[in-house]
Amino acid sequence: MSVANAQESVTAQWLLQQEIADFLYAEADLLDERHFREWLDLLAEDVSYFMPIRRNVKFGQQPELENTISGSGISWFDDDKWTLTKRVEQILTGVHYAEEPLSRVSHLISNVRIIRASPSAEGAQEVTAKSRFLVYQNRQEYETNIFAGKRIDVLRRAGMSWQITKREIVLDQNVLLAKNLTIFF
Amino acid sequence: MATSLEVDQLVQSERGLISRELFVNEDLFREELQKVFTRAWLFVGHESLIPNPNDFFSSRMGDESVILSRDETGQIHVFLNSCRHRGMKVCRYEQGNTSLFVCPYHSWSYKTDGRLLGVPMYKTLYEGTLNRADWSLIEVGKLVNYRGTIWATWDRNAPDFVDYLGGMKEHLDLALDCRDGRPGGSEVIGVQKWVLPANWKLGAENFLGDTYHNPSHRSVDLIGIGPSAGAGKRGRRDDQYKKATHVWVSFPAGHGVHSALQSDDNEYAESYLDHPQIEAYFRHCFEERKRRLGEKSRLLPAVGTVFPNASYLGLQPRGICVWHPNSAVSTEAWRFYLVDKDAPQEVKEFLRRYYMRYSGPGGMTEQDDIENWLYATAASSGTIARQYPFNYQQSLNVAKMNDPVPGEVSTQISEHIARAFYRRWASYLKDAPWDELLGKSGVKGHSAAV
Repeated sequence: MSVANAQESVTAQWLLQQEIADFLYAEADLLDERHFREWLDLLAEDVSYFMPIRRNVKFGQQPELENTISGSGISWFDDDKWTLTKRVEQILTGVHYAEEPLSRVSHLISNVRIIRASPSAEGAQEVTAKSRFLVYQNRQEYETNIFAGKRIDVLRRAGMSWQITKREIVLDQNVLLAKNLTIFF
Repeated sequence: MATSLEVDQLVQSERGLISRELFVNEDLFREELQKVFTRAWLFVGHESLIPNPNDFFSSRMGDESVILSRDETGQIHVFLNSCRHRGMKVCRYEQGNTSLFVCPYHSWSYKTDGRLLGVPMYKTLYEGTLNRADWSLIEVGKLVNYRGTIWATWDRNAPDFVDYLGGMKEHLDLALDCRDGRPGGSEVIGVQKWVLPANWKLGAENFLGDTYHNPSHRSVDLIGIGPSAGAGKRGRRDDQYKKATHVWVSFPAGHGVHSALQSDDNEYAESYLDHPQIEAYFRHCFEERKRRLGEKSRLLPAVGTVFPNASYLGLQPRGICVWHPNSAVSTEAWRFYLVDKDAPQEVKEFLRRYYMRYSGPGGMTEQDDIENWLYATAASSGTIARQYPFNYQQSLNVAKMNDPVPGEVSTQISEHIARAFYRRWASYLKDAPWDELLGKSGVKGHSAAV
């Protein structure tokens, strides 16, 4: 590879990373501004939205046993688009008391990195991106939760934008320290 | 310590008045731990969590950590998870297999039957003083493997579990048995643990047949999240009980259930319209159960609580929830999700998805329950609020004995079960003998008003 080609490739990586980060920030903004239906539009019809339960396991067993797995057993979420749509519909009834009145939520998304781009960074059609989240939730007067963890997203090119086809939300908690998970991650 | 007189003032069950102090007072909470949770039978786990020799599962009894273990010979034990030397937790993993529990502090080690095996520098430091046999892990007073579920009590003088259940047994069995009526045969497919800022009794009471709280779930009923929701049905559950007589039943040891008695024709009601395969499976189970149990198959489960803190949902989404007491105003909920072990894979797949969207902190139904418990607790903590009791006067003097099923039964929504639950709670607070705790003798006011 020539120097010029290598530089082009680095530039493409950079541009893609910025593009994906911008997409994720805009997505977070839809949630924080409570545009839930518009947020659903960013999810592919075949989306998998998964939050494992993290378990305390012996050293060496983490890769196999620390996190519950998608597609089997019980996790915090292992949702398809139908279920996520139901969750949005429930909030929009106005009588989902665990979200009525609505929580105040801010998603801080950081450490965005492209793990994989195919076929290549230039003209990528599918991208796997890893990031960190810090989600602040406050409801009523005093009830406050802070959720921190990692996200692994698979995004598919959709015209000028992207759609989320897979989201794994790895929350850094064992016993859930919040009474409910009524918000999206 | 609350005197007998004070307990009677807190719990005026005949009048349907229960003091808010029971839900917010830290002194009463300490007293409950000492008097209720050291005596009553408590849910610890399920045999499917420890299938092989040397398997263990970390659990809780009251506010304390315990280990459910299966020793080398296959025998099941429950121990306090605390080293006999300086108290360090000897097991800090949730589940697994080990031949020894080795304390991280000074390396005392224990076999999976609880016996103390290794004491570093034993010969030099302890020879002639320490008899290892006297320093096993502290084991519960009694334990039982009941249809696959493991229960234990610290009280060696407690009655056997089946006697403790009394008439509750028949209803608990409905939650634990296979859908086709074979006894036992369930497995745990996952456990969720989460903390909610509310008193543990609010959870326990909700499952005592508080069907009155239905309006809380209006949002899910409007949008439909049940097993036929994809086919356009509203509601959050199946339709099996649409022709049944509902029964709310209280039992003398403080347990209570909401179950349903199918009409005489006892016909299957289509309930899983989204999935023809799942529908066919549950229809098959229903018919098979009818054939196996005959007339008895008419009784079907909804919810129940085994005194004090083990609740079940016996229809779908099926599972057991334990309300572990953390403080007067904090509870750690553990929900164990159950399926028939030999159910087809596609049924298990369908059920686990239904469970997660219905139950637990991510469950669209249960979220609204928990919201209620939090703010009921918060709004009951104030100096003025505490002076006013909760109202439990619903369906006062309505329940009858043994009609149409055994126990104190109401066929309309009723708080007689909660009244009996708190009456029994009061007996524990007064250090009552086991005969009274089982409702066999000397229970003041027991038959005066149900």
